[in-house]
Amino acid sequence: MNNATANGLPPGRRAIDIVNAGLSKRYRRERRFRLYGISAILASLLFLSFLFGSIISKGYTAFQQTFIRLDIFFDPAILSQESLTTANYPGVVKQSLRQMFPEVTTRQDKRMLYGMVSNDAAFQVRKLVLDSPEMIGQTLPIWVAADDDIDMLMKGHFDLDVPESERRINDVQLAWVDRLQQENRVEKRFNRTFFTAGDSREPEQAGILGAVMGSFYTLLVTLLLSFPIGIASAVYLEEFAPKNRWTDLIEVNINNLAAVPSIVFGLLGLAVFLNFFGLPRSAPLVGGLVLTLMTLPTIIIASRASLQSVPPSIREAALGIGASKMQMVTHHVLPLALPGILTGTIIGMARALGESAPLLMIGMVAFIVDIPGGLTDSATVLPVQIFLWADSPERAFVERTSAATIVLLAFLIVMNATAVILRKKFERRW
Amino acid sequence: MIRKSILLATATFFMATAGSAYAASARDNISIVGSSTVYPFATVVAEQFGKTTSFKTPKIESTGSGGGFKLFCAGVGVEHPDITNASRAMKKSEYDKCQANGVKEIVEVKIGYDGIVVANSKKASPLKLTRKDIFLALAKNVPDPSGAEKLVPNPYKTWKDVNNSLPAAKIEVLGPPPTSGTRDAFVELVMEEAAKGFPFIKAMDKNDFKAAAHTVREDGPYVEAGENDNLIVQKLNANPDALGIFGFSFLDQNTDTIQGSFVDGVQPTFEAIADGSYPVSRPLFFYVKKAHVGVIPGIQEYLTEFTSEKTWGEDGYLSEKGLIPMPDQERQQYQSDVKALKPLMMK
Repeated sequence: MNNATANGLPPGRRAIDIVNAGLSKRYRRERRFRLYGISAILASLLFLSFLFGSIISKGYTAFQQTFIRLDIFFDPAILSQESLTTANYPGVVKQSLRQMFPEVTTRQDKRMLYGMVSNDAAFQVRKLVLDSPEMIGQTLPIWVAADDDIDMLMKGHFDLDVPESERRINDVQLAWVDRLQQENRVEKRFNRTFFTAGDSREPEQAGILGAVMGSFYTLLVTLLLSFPIGIASAVYLEEFAPKNRWTDLIEVNINNLAAVPSIVFGLLGLAVFLNFFGLPRSAPLVGGLVLTLMTLPTIIIASRASLQSVPPSIREAALGIGASKMQMVTHHVLPLALPGILTGTIIGMARALGESAPLLMIGMVAFIVDIPGGLTDSATVLPVQIFLWADSPERAFVERTSAATIVLLAFLIVMNATAVILRKKFERRW
Repeated sequence: MIRKSILLATATFFMATAGSAYAASARDNISIVGSSTVYPFATVVAEQFGKTTSFKTPKIESTGSGGGFKLFCAGVGVEHPDITNASRAMKKSEYDKCQANGVKEIVEVKIGYDGIVVANSKKASPLKLTRKDIFLALAKNVPDPSGAEKLVPNPYKTWKDVNNSLPAAKIEVLGPPPTSGTRDAFVELVMEEAAKGFPFIKAMDKNDFKAAAHTVREDGPYVEAGENDNLIVQKLNANPDALGIFGFSFLDQNTDTIQGSFVDGVQPTFEAIADGSYPVSRPLFFYVKKAHVGVIPGIQEYLTEFTSEKTWGEDGYLSEKGLIPMPDQERQQYQSDVKALKPLMMK
């Protein structure tokens, strides 16, 4: 009673009564506040699942490819021993198609018939013959990749209810495909080409290995350069540098660089690395250098934050028992800060992996078939490959664009997951 | 320990850099830049070339015709491209720049023709246009409809306003932006030709004529749809009233959904463009740096592959991709010029 009067409350009304009166309102507010949070997360999950859903539903079919079984007669008349490398291999494939469909006679129909299988079939036959010339004279069943239009048909990407003139596959071709299916000559298999080939203008022969290798070499250069340089600058700025106007200026500039649009680094790379130093165009070396410039600020900032979180007592203890400043850094501070530094580096690398704009300026947006084998070979990277395919008119590139995106996302998820695991495993709290 | 590995990594890297700088002095693949219109044809030839010969597959960048010439004319040496593709002939200014930078001998190769089509969805009926109709529908200023000899801001809203025989559909044309070579060719071949049909515009001085003939209206009916022709095709399918302007190869790939409009009574078919009766077509080229032939391996062989009948002939694989071959005689002429590496002369 006394404290009620002491608080200036009217008699008979305790503090707890006021609290109780407002309690349900407070609970409601609390619930609403949580609800906002949950709905924000739900919304972002919804967008994310929409993105993944649309990419995966469009792209998963690209991991399969339609194959057709042909009975190839290795005709000794065409494959004369002396010129096996330059023989008329397309002729061999065409001949076997003609034998399977003897009723096809007009020129236009024949062209349509030859168009059913990929023109890679001829190269496949060539490889077989060159590997084992004793095949000549025999007839062997060979599975060859179907043309991209047939592949699209088998995967159900064409609406067959529309009139004949409005589809890419006409009734004659449909009848041929039906017949091939009845003879068990059509099969969908895992699309190995997609993972083992470089770019191609024919969708059924196009693969991402060239782009993956290009990304690998580019990131290798980026990592080898930005990791040591980033740590060295962070350690110096954090542990050795005096605090004055100059170091402030440097700090502001580093923070600024982290926010510069990436295309600017591409322009810089063009002016400095290509025009001034004369390094080769389209090379992963130059791409790596440009991406180094882009990731350095990220790594420096992350490393400095991580160094700052090491408690000063550890530094003082090391110095107190007579360690030099360098020993203090290399024996104690750096090992403790390393998990955070690694996390920052991996996140910087993940950003570099997904970058395409700066590479536009240094010629890495190009049609490159051969798989790069070194730092100065012409190469392209995964995001650029996705961009180039998205621009191609052939319909089969739609699913390949999505499939390449799935691969890129998989790499990103693995990298970011590594960063999280490293942090969880080695993180120390004081 | 960490310091050692950092040192080691840095050292390895610099060794790798030094080693590769050495390797860069002997480039072993052909480097090609230039037009995005020629890109789809050049890439097919490059891929065939890489597969059927022992040489590496050429690298092809799509930089646009102008950007290609800039890179091509920057100098002689492995760091500069060997070949540039172009959807128009080299200009005198570009030739002079080449000469000034030491690129003395240039071989010009015409590869064929590309028609520019005005197309719409198959859901609508094909339009029968004349170049005059297109000019009146798309120019910013048009001759006064009342007959007076002066230019007025374009008043036409529907095709019927332009020409009574056309349907009363709203004028809506999706086309390339001014940076595109297709746009340059379209303006030159359609707009300029039509403008010459009006005596008083033809009589104007050069700059006024250019302003009258080359300026496309900006009040809505002409929509700049970017360089992605795929997108234009999709938009045409969604809107049957709209027309689109793009290269013939795209019409060829999508004949199931879109159709070319008649221009001056001729529909854009392969045959009509090849024999020259379809009025809106342009030649495509590529240019070779003669100083690089014999230095970069495979250039001579690439030229042979490109100029062989199985590539650019009537039934060649480029015609399947939508390139219109040159007449027999012209083809033979270029073939022998290329064989002899006859340099381009521009006075």
